[in-house]
Amino acid sequence: MVSVLTATRRVFNPLRRNHNEASASASNAVADTADSDDTALVADLIDALGADRVRADSAARYLASHDASIYREGNAGPICFPESTEHVVACVEAAVRHGRAISPRGAGTGLAGGAAPLGRPVVVSTTRMNKLLSVDVENGIAWVQPGIVNLDLSRALAPHGVHFAPDPSSQSVCTIGGNVANNSGGPHCLAYGVTSAHVLAIEAVLSDASVVTLGDLTAEPAGYDLRGAFVGSEGMCGVATAVAVRLTPNPPAVRTMMLAFQDVSHAASTVSAIIAAGIVPAAIEMMDQRCVAAVEDFAQAGYPKDAAAVLLVEVDGPAGGVAIAGEKIAEIAEANQAATVRTAADEDERARLWKGRKSAFGAVANVMPDYYLHDTVVPRTKLVEVLERIYEIVDRHDLIVLNVFHAGDGNLHPLLAYDSRVPGVRERVHAAGREIIELSLDMGGALTGEHGIGVEKRDYMNRMFSAVDLQQQGLLRSSFDPYCRMNPGKVLPSSHSCSDISALRASDAAGVWG
Amino acid sequence: MTDHEAAYDAALQEFAAEVGPDGPVCVRGGATRWALGGEPTSDTREVNAPAGVVAFEPAEMTVRVRAGTTVSELHQQLAGAGQRTALPEREGGTVGGALMVGESSIARLGRGAVRESLLQACYVCADGQIASGGAATVKNVSGFDLCRLLVGSLGTLGLLGEALLRTFPIPESERWVQLRGADPAATKACDTAASVLWDGSDMWVLLSGYEPDVQEDMNRLRDCSDASAPPELPSHRWICTPAEAVAFGDYATSVGVDLSGRNGSSGRFVAEIGVGVVHASVPQPQRIVASGVVELNRRFKQRFDPSGRLNPGRDPLKKT
Repeated sequence: MVSVLTATRRVFNPLRRNHNEASASASNAVADTADSDDTALVADLIDALGADRVRADSAARYLASHDASIYREGNAGPICFPESTEHVVACVEAAVRHGRAISPRGAGTGLAGGAAPLGRPVVVSTTRMNKLLSVDVENGIAWVQPGIVNLDLSRALAPHGVHFAPDPSSQSVCTIGGNVANNSGGPHCLAYGVTSAHVLAIEAVLSDASVVTLGDLTAEPAGYDLRGAFVGSEGMCGVATAVAVRLTPNPPAVRTMMLAFQDVSHAASTVSAIIAAGIVPAAIEMMDQRCVAAVEDFAQAGYPKDAAAVLLVEVDGPAGGVAIAGEKIAEIAEANQAATVRTAADEDERARLWKGRKSAFGAVANVMPDYYLHDTVVPRTKLVEVLERIYEIVDRHDLIVLNVFHAGDGNLHPLLAYDSRVPGVRERVHAAGREIIELSLDMGGALTGEHGIGVEKRDYMNRMFSAVDLQQQGLLRSSFDPYCRMNPGKVLPSSHSCSDISALRASDAAGVWG
Repeated sequence: MTDHEAAYDAALQEFAAEVGPDGPVCVRGGATRWALGGEPTSDTREVNAPAGVVAFEPAEMTVRVRAGTTVSELHQQLAGAGQRTALPEREGGTVGGALMVGESSIARLGRGAVRESLLQACYVCADGQIASGGAATVKNVSGFDLCRLLVGSLGTLGLLGEALLRTFPIPESERWVQLRGADPAATKACDTAASVLWDGSDMWVLLSGYEPDVQEDMNRLRDCSDASAPPELPSHRWICTPAEAVAFGDYATSVGVDLSGRNGSSGRFVAEIGVGVVHASVPQPQRIVASGVVELNRRFKQRFDPSGRLNPGRDPLKKT
């Protein structure tokens, strides 16, 4: 249906001619090598948004064609930089008129190709929608625009003694809109929950250019939990234009502990024992020997370099409980043969311990030039067995793995470090990655804990879900977006995606599909 | 039968067979909130969801339980390992009912919302097939979030057969205290308040945590006295924002309900401070919902249940 309407408009719409004429001057600065097929669309977008909010040159399109994953098949159409909800509506309207899909984009820090546009869609970048709109202390929320950076938000909230709880490793650059799209987590989600627990309402532009507010500030919004269904939908249900985030009070007391072990299995059994003892720390992070060594060289966090594994455990809350839980954790660690049990003496030491964890991915650069970061979840009681089998898989493929992950919730992040100049290494990296994913599922786990499915794991969805399950997920998506215009080609394997995608593909002369 | 289908146990498969592929059908749980969102039409066939705890893993802090199990029975089993869920306990109320109704317990401040409890759902779709959403892990973002969609849906999108729920440790110390003539803001300084109830003059607070912290909060609250239980709650449950709950009289007036004009207990209310739920003796007028949201609700229902056979007559937009 979409392509038929588009074809009609392309032939008969008198406005198109005007736009073509207008574009000759307006798009000069921005569209040096714009695909000729995009000319009318670009002109239309410039008409609606202004020339300084539209880019269609090859450099801009190249940058918007991928995210932080190794996926390189993305192909962006014009990139829009809206500054208001009305601008986003105009972007969607123009895309609809020209029969094009829409791909929302935050900071592009995603690791699963979710923001890699497929089929040359109109890319809606939220980077200029980065304002903190209001802080409503009485209702415990703040309204923000989607392009606000996660850490900037928490810094802006600091004077109120509150913060936004999800803290992904990319928090100094990633945006709240991206967090909503990916249902992002982070170390402190163990106790506080992932993004969906911290979003109360979302204003979104849907694929028919209508604006709707999903959820509200009440305890239980009327009707289906549309806000809950939207969070984590990887840009496939609409473009978020404003988000009401929950304000989490800063904890009155915090204790950060570094536990080092001579054996990975002792670290893993410590994790299980802490949880089994009825303690829910704010975070339990684990790093294995290779990771500890790389991080220590890079960040001087104070980890013992000879340790087989280091646990970073943080408890927070009222002071009395923090002291009790801290002591219990130390006892558990010692009972599990910890070589070092150290409690950060002050804020400086605490910051240093966390700096090590948070710079782990940067530290890999000292080990190998390239890395592929995985993200799967396993039952936390199976950590020891899964880690042993990951080492076995990686050895067999003659690769190097660094493990740095959210041990408290069983969320693994095996990081395969390699040098892409070595012939055949990429194939080995992919083969090992495949085995790690399948191992995680075989152990009763999940494909992804926080990075999302995107294009990276789209074709594994059949492995985790039945045809009926995927059909149900497809219904959720198509209820929001019956036209399948929003970020098409992601998450669901092609047999469960909308039929419109093939129409889009046909209309996409130079499109490259993943 | 595919591998995925074979993975469902006999109880689930029998439930799916009972639901079948056609005809209006609904599940009767404890019927504690039977009329919420409308009663099923008279031609609707009632079925029962299977019952029983399938697997409890204290070290995972999860429990797999069949929808027909009562919440009290579930909590009794979990208490053996010092854990529980966020689901509210109502006399005879079932796990499936609590999830499909989606109303939080009065201790939501401390235990979280019901919608955050459901990690994996196995349910019977409108065509009679079994589907599953979510994962058997505490963290998961694999695909679209069907669990969130199902909680509070009143069984209008699918009939829940089995759930994997998040559990959490029961704090070492829990006690209700009462303050007379208190300002709702007084509890802001409390770190361990898991529930704050206010009837316009008196306040009841559930302190919940490690004993020293609970003691500390009791010192902060000064004139509080031990209360054996929370106050009796008026029968109608209003939904509003936390700010509206604190100024409940004004809020009620703004939607056309005059509480001050009523005599004695008829104007009574108990507000959940910090949450936005108020228990009042008169019903809340129908909430106004934007047309775009109504349209989306219609689309979801139409897609998930094209023939309208699941809980016909019920509408989650009309819960109050």
